[in-house]
Amino acid sequence: MLYAAVAVRAFRRYSTYTTATLAGIFTNSVFGVIICFSYRAVWTQSPHAGGYDVRDALTYAWLAQALIMVVGIWGGGATDDVADRIRTGDVAIDLYRPVSFLGWWLATDLGRAAYHLATRGVAPTVIGYLLFDLRSPSPLGAALFLVSVLLAVVVSFGLRMLVATATFWLLDAGGLREVLVMLGLVLSGLSVPLVLFPGWLHTLVMALPWAAFVQVPVDIWLGHRTGAGVAAGLGFQLGWGVVLLLCCALLLRLAERRVVVQGG
Amino acid sequence: MASGLREAVRAFLLLAGMWVRVSMTYRASFAFSTFANLVTAGVDFGAIVVMFQHVHALGGFRLGEIAFLYGGTAMGIGLADLAVGNIDRLGTRVRMGTVDAMMVRPVSVFVQACADQFALRRLGRVVQGGAVLAWSLTVVHVPWTPGRVLMVPVLVVCGALIFTSLFVLGGAFQFVTSEGSEVANAFTYGGNTLTQYPLTIYPAQAVKLLTFLVPVAFVNWYPALYVLDRPDPFGLPTALQFASPVAALVLCTLAALGWRAGVRRYRSTGS
Repeated sequence: MLYAAVAVRAFRRYSTYTTATLAGIFTNSVFGVIICFSYRAVWTQSPHAGGYDVRDALTYAWLAQALIMVVGIWGGGATDDVADRIRTGDVAIDLYRPVSFLGWWLATDLGRAAYHLATRGVAPTVIGYLLFDLRSPSPLGAALFLVSVLLAVVVSFGLRMLVATATFWLLDAGGLREVLVMLGLVLSGLSVPLVLFPGWLHTLVMALPWAAFVQVPVDIWLGHRTGAGVAAGLGFQLGWGVVLLLCCALLLRLAERRVVVQGG
Repeated sequence: MASGLREAVRAFLLLAGMWVRVSMTYRASFAFSTFANLVTAGVDFGAIVVMFQHVHALGGFRLGEIAFLYGGTAMGIGLADLAVGNIDRLGTRVRMGTVDAMMVRPVSVFVQACADQFALRRLGRVVQGGAVLAWSLTVVHVPWTPGRVLMVPVLVVCGALIFTSLFVLGGAFQFVTSEGSEVANAFTYGGNTLTQYPLTIYPAQAVKLLTFLVPVAFVNWYPALYVLDRPDPFGLPTALQFASPVAALVLCTLAALGWRAGVRRYRSTGS
């Protein structure tokens, strides 16, 4: 129950910045509109590109905008706090706590993600529905979509935490963080759906953890994954989540052993 | 006036140089971030290339012509971002109350806000945009005239000035609400994304808005119609194709007025 309490407080902390949230919703929506017109231009000429029809593509555009902050494709979230605390030495306090370090920060990040889902996830989706003819999920599809988004946050947290942990060695993980954001932008399918990637490139990007960010949840929403496809998608996300969290745990143990806090 | 401008440029270069030295402190981090920025700058063009695996033209424009539009707007926002992009950090400074410190220094607040955390890695966008623009010039079939050749640098300069104005207006807005930096992104980066494509993919009413209300169409669309020797698909006057400098001048004036109003409105933090 401790972790739930941590998550609830993270949710509340983020909910204090109302204007920033509204500003973000506005910007996500502007981008949603722009991207819809470019996708419409593509799918008007090539109506079955990547196995999507134009309605799928427009839905993809809005859901991707809705997931940016929830999944943390541009970085940020609890892991930025961790990196900061490692740099200043405050991390010593976190390591002394009689709770799991990873559990504590994962709970914080999930609380943040829940807030972003309720605001910056829901609002652009509603606006998208008002402006364009989007595809709705079945009730079961919607429920599975939410599970998939939860797993997407865990995968993203694992990647972001790995980079934050590198602060123990680099002192400033800013550059590495930018590399991670760059990889996220290219490989999550934020600017162009991964289904459009040609041949072996498609196979490759679908195997990397970033496919868990947008492509897998959206395919569940659109009904392109059903039955065994859903199970495979969720299993893929769960697998990457577990592997990445294990890597984080391993790296943290190394860090604890060799790092002297306050002084390098 | 002239000496004031020289003083401002000198102050900007001093501050920018200081931030470059700061960023070099952590060597590994600097190397990673330079690499990341170079690749990130190319992501949008990569997306367009992926789309062209499935189509031969977008909005009636072939890849080479879209590369021209893309390169123009990328260089415009890249140069603007390099010079004044960090003005969007102003909201954080307003919230922290550190604008007070800027105001008592003997350097203009505007110059300090622009040079704040200056990052050389932002050259990545300019370099990448320039490369795409140069490539596009080799593949488009255009009867080159001195006027068309001259229009290319005019396009880049006007684009940079228009985006600079939008950044500054966004910065000024943060005196009104310190959490509003994302709204500015919708106009700057949103304007950039929007103008990467030919405006023929948008509804005709939207194009009027982008001409007369938020004039990002002057960043590359109108000059490109002239350079690429295309009639205006929306049947708007040909004069617009030469009006980018006018649009840039009007926006710069508005930005200057907006910034002054913002600075006057500033009250220190104290919640």
